[in-house]
Amino acid sequence: MDTIDKSAAGPHAATTAPSWWTRTCRALMRRETALSIGVLVVFLAAWEWGPALFDIPAYIIPPVSEVFAEFFRMITVDRLFYHVGYTAAEVIVGFALGTLLGMLIGYILGMSPTAEFVLSPYILALQIAPKVAFAPLFVMWFGFTVYPKILVAVLIVFFPIMVNVLGAIRTLDHDLVNLARSFNASRLQLFWKVEFHAAMPPLFAGLRIGSTLAVIGVVVGEMVGGNTGLGYLLVFGSGSANTAMVFVSIILLTLIGILAYVAVVWTERRVLHYIPARGAATGGI
Amino acid sequence: MSEPRLEFRDVTKRFPNRNRSAGEAESYVTAVKDVTLSVADGEVVSLIGPSGCGKSTLLNMGSGLDLPSSGDVYVDGERVERPNEHVAFMLQKDLLLPWRSIRENVEFGLEIKQVAPADRRERALELLDKCHLSGFADHYPHQLSGGMRQRAAMARTLAVDPSVLLMDEPFSALDAQTKMVLQQDLGETVSATGKTVLFITHDLIEAVALSDRVLVMSQRPGTIIEEFTVDLPDRSDPMKRRSHPGVAQYVPKLMSLLHIGEAAA
Repeated sequence: MDTIDKSAAGPHAATTAPSWWTRTCRALMRRETALSIGVLVVFLAAWEWGPALFDIPAYIIPPVSEVFAEFFRMITVDRLFYHVGYTAAEVIVGFALGTLLGMLIGYILGMSPTAEFVLSPYILALQIAPKVAFAPLFVMWFGFTVYPKILVAVLIVFFPIMVNVLGAIRTLDHDLVNLARSFNASRLQLFWKVEFHAAMPPLFAGLRIGSTLAVIGVVVGEMVGGNTGLGYLLVFGSGSANTAMVFVSIILLTLIGILAYVAVVWTERRVLHYIPARGAATGGI
Repeated sequence: MSEPRLEFRDVTKRFPNRNRSAGEAESYVTAVKDVTLSVADGEVVSLIGPSGCGKSTLLNMGSGLDLPSSGDVYVDGERVERPNEHVAFMLQKDLLLPWRSIRENVEFGLEIKQVAPADRRERALELLDKCHLSGFADHYPHQLSGGMRQRAAMARTLAVDPSVLLMDEPFSALDAQTKMVLQQDLGETVSATGKTVLFITHDLIEAVALSDRVLVMSQRPGTIIEEFTVDLPDRSDPMKRRSHPGVAQYVPKLMSLLHIGEAAA
């Protein structure tokens, strides 16, 4: 009669699953992984020798070896890691604050249809406004400090988080609310025991988007004003016709974005462990 | 006879009519009209009626989630004005919270009532045992079959120890065999604990197999048009009652009351 779905990944699946190391080794041996690495090798080779082959000068596309050399030069001469740390810290703070604000406003608007009705036109207007356009304004307000960078990141991260949390609360099964009410739950209990958790899956969808947007916000802020961060190095390299420096900056910014994204996915797997076959749907990413 | 556990006195419920066409005078829809019914202590009463006849509205008023437009609802002699601890409901949907383990789901109502963690844990495990789910306390809802999930919902409903159970088609989403097993469990549990039940169903045989009395409702505006006592033995053993020859006399009667034959013709 009643059978349990053994294939579903549950809390017990973790104890019997192979270790991280075994899984990594197995993954590396897979054909698809080998092909994927092959693509990388081909790409790097094309980057190294392609430009010379087509007579593209190094100030347009510097070969990969030159970008590497520039990377090590920047470490010693330009305090590269100081700038990386600066940008990374701004991304983390901007992402965290944007997330908290988005959750807060999302939950508030979700619980109060009146507030949503009153505020939605303004929120929509702010959402449509290109957030990066605010960067020069924030620099005017706060000068060449970390604040304009963080503020742009907060603003840009805020929307996907808020919209997802709000949507989750709006579409919450009314019978679930009634169930809690029938047990005489207070408004606060309804929030902490039902609404808060119900909004988690959409919240994480928003966080995935937000983690990459935070990098954009910070870079734009840095490009507009100041003398720190990868955004600054990017503009500086561009201004001094140092294409390799621009490439290094772009690559490191991408790495920061990837780390932020992976951190979100890692957290998501732990928080949303109760959702079956989470990894499968995202291709393991 | 003792005072009824659950009582509806002249209850009418109207809702604002949102999709009213132009020229239509009435600005509200009457869902249920002048319903009077009472369920005695330990009695199981089934409510049958066509879709949209306001059965669920009655149930919401019984649990205090909705208030009547006129008339009164009483549970244990108290007028129902808000959700109260005498009543618990169970729906067709199991409404288990996916982020909670089965045990934590069963504890949900107790947690809201702020029962101490150790006590509610003990109570939850005891009920899971009764509902044949003892090995699944730490599983999550998605790991369980539909029947097991509904058992867990049953355990959650019983955990708060209500005197009245309001059930809205609790087994209608299950396959025929699982349904019979759960009906059997319900029959046994209800007679063992002496709970009072108002049971909404579409399943005529289910109504006859489980209840002491059957009420038939009309089309909207819903009102009770017929009431009869199920004069068969073995209410605590629905499987046995199902095979009783007497069941045959009730089903055609219900069919004609609900105009089921006419709809098919």
